[in-house]
Amino acid sequence: MNLLVIAPVLLPLLAGILLLLLPQSRLSLHRTLSVVAVAAQIGLTLALMATVSDGRILIYALGNWPAPFGIVLVADRLAAWMLVITALLALFALLYALRGDDRTGRYFHVLFQLQLLGLNGAFLTGDLFNLFVFFEILLLASYGLLLHGGGRRRTRAGLHFVVVNLAGSTLFLFAVGTLYGVLGTLNMADLAIKVAAAPPENVPLVRAAGLLLFGVFALKAALLPFYLWLPAAYAYTSASVAALFAIMTKVGAYSILRVYTLIFGPEAGPATNLIELWLLPLALATLMVGMIGAVASTHLRQQAAYLVVASVGSLLTAFGLNSSAGVAAGLYYLPHTTFAAAALFLLADLISRQRGVMSDRLDPGPDLPDSRLLGALFFITAIAVAGLPPLAGFLGKFLMLRAALDHALLPWVMGTVLIAALLGLIALARTGSLLFYRVNPEAETEAPWPTIWAETTPIIGLLLLLLGLTVGAGPVFDQSRMIADQVLQPQLYIQAVMNPGGTP
Amino acid sequence: MSLSLVILTPFLGAALAAGASRLGRLHAAWMAGAVTLTALAWLLPLASAPFAGQTVVQRFSWMPAAGLDLAFRLDGLSLLFVLLILLIGLLIILYARYYLSLNDSMGRFYASLLLFIGSMLGVALSENIIQLLIFWELTSLSSFLLISYWQQRTEARNGARMALTVTGAGGLALLGGFLLLGEMAGSYDLSVILVSGDAIRPHPLYLPMLILVLLGAFTKSAQFPFHFWLPSAMAAPTPVSAYLHSATMVKAGVFLLARLFPALSGTPEWAMLVGGVGLITLLAGAFIALFQHDLKGLLAYSTISHLGLITLLFGIGTPLAAVAGVFHIINHATFKASLFMAAGIIDHETGSRDMRRLNGLWKFMPYTGVLAMVASAAMAGVPLLNGFLSKEMFFAEAISARTQLHFGWFLPAAVTVAGVFAVAYSLRFIHDVFFNGEPINLTKTPHEPPRWMKVPVEILVALCLLVGVFPAISVEPILAVASIGVLQGPLPEHDLAIWHGFSPALGMSVIALIGGGLTYLGRQPLFALYERHEHRLEAKALYQRLLNGLFALAGAITRRLDTGSLQRILFVFILSALTLGLAGFLSASAPLTGTRPQMPMDGVSLLVTLGLIAAAISAVLQHRQRLIALIFMGAVGLVVVLIFIKFSAPDLALTQLSVEVVTIVLLLLALYFLPQQSPVETDPAQRSWQMLLAIAAGGGAAALTWAVVTRPYETIAGYFLANSVPGGGGSNVVNVILVDFRGYDTLGEISVLALAGIGIYAMLERLTLDGPERDAGGRAWDPDRHPMILSSLTGLLLPLALLASIFIFLRGHNLPGGGFIAGLITAVALVMQYVANGVSWTQARMPWNMQLLIGLGLLIATLTGLGSLAFGYPFLTSTFGHLEWPVVGEFELASAIAFDLGVYLVVVGATLLILIHLGRMHRTHRSALPQKPHQENG
Amino acid sequence: MEALIALIVGVLTACGVYLALRARTFPVVMGLTFLSYAVNVFLFAMSHLTIGQPPVITADAAGYADPLPQALVLTAIVISFGMTAFVIVLALKAYAELGNDHVDGKEETGVRRQASGHRGPL
Repeated sequence: MNLLVIAPVLLPLLAGILLLLLPQSRLSLHRTLSVVAVAAQIGLTLALMATVSDGRILIYALGNWPAPFGIVLVADRLAAWMLVITALLALFALLYALRGDDRTGRYFHVLFQLQLLGLNGAFLTGDLFNLFVFFEILLLASYGLLLHGGGRRRTRAGLHFVVVNLAGSTLFLFAVGTLYGVLGTLNMADLAIKVAAAPPENVPLVRAAGLLLFGVFALKAALLPFYLWLPAAYAYTSASVAALFAIMTKVGAYSILRVYTLIFGPEAGPATNLIELWLLPLALATLMVGMIGAVASTHLRQQAAYLVVASVGSLLTAFGLNSSAGVAAGLYYLPHTTFAAAALFLLADLISRQRGVMSDRLDPGPDLPDSRLLGALFFITAIAVAGLPPLAGFLGKFLMLRAALDHALLPWVMGTVLIAALLGLIALARTGSLLFYRVNPEAETEAPWPTIWAETTPIIGLLLLLLGLTVGAGPVFDQSRMIADQVLQPQLYIQAVMNPGGTP
Repeated sequence: MSLSLVILTPFLGAALAAGASRLGRLHAAWMAGAVTLTALAWLLPLASAPFAGQTVVQRFSWMPAAGLDLAFRLDGLSLLFVLLILLIGLLIILYARYYLSLNDSMGRFYASLLLFIGSMLGVALSENIIQLLIFWELTSLSSFLLISYWQQRTEARNGARMALTVTGAGGLALLGGFLLLGEMAGSYDLSVILVSGDAIRPHPLYLPMLILVLLGAFTKSAQFPFHFWLPSAMAAPTPVSAYLHSATMVKAGVFLLARLFPALSGTPEWAMLVGGVGLITLLAGAFIALFQHDLKGLLAYSTISHLGLITLLFGIGTPLAAVAGVFHIINHATFKASLFMAAGIIDHETGSRDMRRLNGLWKFMPYTGVLAMVASAAMAGVPLLNGFLSKEMFFAEAISARTQLHFGWFLPAAVTVAGVFAVAYSLRFIHDVFFNGEPINLTKTPHEPPRWMKVPVEILVALCLLVGVFPAISVEPILAVASIGVLQGPLPEHDLAIWHGFSPALGMSVIALIGGGLTYLGRQPLFALYERHEHRLEAKALYQRLLNGLFALAGAITRRLDTGSLQRILFVFILSALTLGLAGFLSASAPLTGTRPQMPMDGVSLLVTLGLIAAAISAVLQHRQRLIALIFMGAVGLVVVLIFIKFSAPDLALTQLSVEVVTIVLLLLALYFLPQQSPVETDPAQRSWQMLLAIAAGGGAAALTWAVVTRPYETIAGYFLANSVPGGGGSNVVNVILVDFRGYDTLGEISVLALAGIGIYAMLERLTLDGPERDAGGRAWDPDRHPMILSSLTGLLLPLALLASIFIFLRGHNLPGGGFIAGLITAVALVMQYVANGVSWTQARMPWNMQLLIGLGLLIATLTGLGSLAFGYPFLTSTFGHLEWPVVGEFELASAIAFDLGVYLVVVGATLLILIHLGRMHRTHRSALPQKPHQENG
Repeated sequence: MEALIALIVGVLTACGVYLALRARTFPVVMGLTFLSYAVNVFLFAMSHLTIGQPPVITADAAGYADPLPQALVLTAIVISFGMTAFVIVLALKAYAELGNDHVDGKEETGVRRQASGHRGPL
């Protein structure tokens, strides 16, 4: 079997263990190892993506037990896509963390690697309960990272984040349990078969379980009305962690896409397109609420957090169109919005440190020592986040609306997306002119840290990725379309899992 | 190729200009000029094509799957605009070099200017409308940089933000419009769209599409009611105004009207919207312009008025009107650019733009005066100047258009009135500034500007004259190709003579000139009138109110939704989950109860159940008395253990029991630091809602359980039972599942434990709390922390406990037990040592680093899994699985046991880590004291 | 018998939810523990409850309980143990950082101070 499939899980696990066993005093060693591991992970995931790019769906039967009895990892285009995005994001978040976020507490790098373990495991698993297990891993790691360094507001935000997610995990177990209790299996492909064949007396339970599961994923994705935990959590954690968390909501989005195309998707018999009625309206509402929050924000990090909410909204709007074009648009938009949000969090940190006591409060502050550099970076990042031309965010919006053209709710989708974009423009224009134009000479700056170029490199790196997504829009979009086609044919996945012999 | 270079050059040049400015102040200017000339050079080889009646289209594949290519188009219309942009751009670059003062950053100015030039060229040269939109938005963004150039000035910042917001909003509307347009035409390529008019106009979505597109055009061209951003943008340096508001930015809107003219025009909706808005803008602009005291303000409103005029011409929709529109685009660009520059000179040399203070400049700067007079005469439409010709055509069109309108007489009348005001404000521009008495306390004594600063103005004014006198030879060729480019068809019969004989149009011009003069003479009462009603005409104030309202509203909504209360977040979450579940269940109809035969209920179970319910409920009722509540909770946990025993799950019972013990210990430790009681704070109403939700959730869970357990089901369980011994080599199926069938889950599970340990360790670092000196009842805690009996007892117990755990560990694979339970037992036994003898004592005897223990455990488990890779089997394959010898037992043991050992170590490590560090947290001197003797020998 | 199990799950859930909605960290932690009890029993019940047939392969067994849910519950128990431990410590950290044990770190009211008496000497 292809080791590439399991490698993205084993690598961070082993790296984490190694980092745990190494003496804590050797920080430089930890850093080196951590960076090397992430770099290697980029290589591995790219290799995996290349392997599955021909449409193959790779199966890895753990313990050599066949599906549906053992746990299988499934590497299809979608999984590979998510893995690559995660690895790339991780590298830049990590590089920024080396600036000092990793010194504020113990075991940062261990937590970081295990966070990646959780993420990668979640993207690869083909087993619903195992998905739960890896959700727990990535959650516990994220708790650790979120609270890293401590502090009043951060601790409060962390408490809320943890408690809400524990409730979420409980809900997850109720849903999984019900599905097993009714259908007697946990393997997603097998579940898909069993759901499609569910006898009428079991349909209500299956549908109920399916929607409960949607609740869980919606919580992870911070979809309305489950988003309330996000703003504080993202605003008050350290910049590098917030940047890494840009992918966390996407895990929810991924799970929604995966489960509601495979198990409750187009071919799910009595539970066909289970969440079609729910997803699009909720996503549009989330987009709106997120942008409104961004307009209302009084602090830059808070604004960034609300923009994450909005980005989830638009991402799930695309998925919610429930068409190949829509999913493709979403998958094209996903890396852009992830990297852009991360860049904004990192930039916000640099800016607030230069503003001294003003921190990231959106009021006229001191004249920044590096206003030119930071201003330019902010201008570009803002364009990216607001989805303005020429960057990929605009292309994503264009693809999204294009996919919505033949949708029944076209006026709603178009109206919401465009108005939300306008709100984003207004909010960011205000922020930019407050931060960089309206200098308040009185505002005292108690020794603002100077920006070192090294600190901006992760941000520039992320922006370069965005540029790549724009220039290479053709190939990237073709890739997204191929993913979408594969995802919307659950039969391929089911075939690959249930009779691995059948697939090359 | 070269078309893309025309656009690319300024963008790259922007970087160069910025860089060049580091070498010296003026280098940026020279660089910008060079860049612009280069762009022009790229264009020239192709420039002849439109005259030959060809349309050049160059295309690069970008996002073919989405119908989005990089496609460039050069026809008459684009050629005209490219020339306007580049040529006037050159003049602006020259002018700005003298205009900007020493403390303005040249590099930033010219970089932004080049960005803007590039964006404008992109708009003019795009074949693909989505690409056109991209450049369209880029003009908004780069103009933001230009208008906000003097960022320290409030009006500059606000003006820039206003321009960005309004035009950006228009751009978004345009995106919607273009998407619909592309859908109707079946392509985003202009070459397709321009010939699909007949498919587009009857389309059901024509009107929404038209409105969205026009929103884009009108915001950009500052048409009523979006005109207000233009005057505010006057806060920009004058070269910027001269450029953006004469030839480029605002012309992009009318360019779009011209561009899409063949596809969209010719419907009543078009005539109504475009013509109507154009007419209103024409009148309003001309009227308000007269009353501006700021030179640039007057020019701004006159610009708005002239844009309205052009829009109206396209609205009229006849080919000849379109030609007139194109013609006026050219003329307006020339005279308005020169006027702005003149205004800039005046501002620059007098330090003021206020016409109430600027008087009698004639004797100070006659040369500039002459230039300004000619230009403003052109603006007023005085014969022998270019403005006159296009105005004549305009009047003629207005008259001919009246036939297909109701109130036909109204249109000519209205445009004549507009003409009257145009003459009036042009007169004012000249008379107020250059004559009309003496200048009033100017900061500096006026004088002529440096020689080269006048050159651009001279060139433009010369053009006004040239076109005005010899239209046929000067402007006709370019006008012709441009018009053909607009109409995408034959050029209508037109004649650019100065003298058409005594036509009604001529009459209107005469009326305008005379009326304008009279209006200016009798302006005082009008001024008074205007002052009184000014506020009513302030669209800007309205915009500000809207914006402030938006921020207030957004704030209110956000604060309302996100109160930062955990209780609320949880409440919403649970409520929504319930709703989802219920909706799911009700979305299909089937009885709640299933058909599976139910087990008889025995008395004991009933009693136990009642006991559990009683304990649970009293835990809730007593939750303010935390210790008591905790005891009740412990009881509940034990009953859960009983349930597991009852329903044939010995492993679960053991696990639950040991977990229960440790959890309670943890909670007790925590309670030692936390307050002993919870206060009453949630108000009754809220509490009853929460109670209601709790009951609903309970009901839901119960119903779900009931519905499932009463249903028949077949599972994959049989496979595990069948393969446990032969395939997994263990008779305790649960354990085999854990370490073999689903060993991957277990690996994840111990990773979670490890994470918990590490996370807690990281959290507890440097965290200390004060334990209470007295308990809830006010009794002092026993100062003797380690009672002898306990310590000696645990001393004895430890070996036994360890033995027991080893036993449980070893038998785990075949009988209830296994690494996890064994680990917890060990942990509890060791913790007892801490409880009995204190941290330091135990540390002295058990100096392991728990993190290492955890790491080791994880490592062992993972390596066991990796071991199978060596044999070419997947991760976590148990060795037993593929060595089929009779002695297998040994080998099987080897693999599964090793994995379980990893589990064991992680559990011990994590549990101890947590408990020990919680114990350590106590900030007190006591543990530091020398140990009492009986503890040493205990 | 099924009814009893359903009842138990229901009661545990209800208690868990109510406690989790309290305003102080300790009852919230207890609530979450209750919820984990509830969900563990629920998961376990998904094996459709068999009496006296432990899933341990023996020659003379009449039949076996479905072992899979048991394994799942075991995993769930362990995970929820780790989570509970974490949130307990987090509650202490919050208490230390925020100076009180309100879930939102609200400042203490006069009522509360005498209600939950002593803080140790600083």
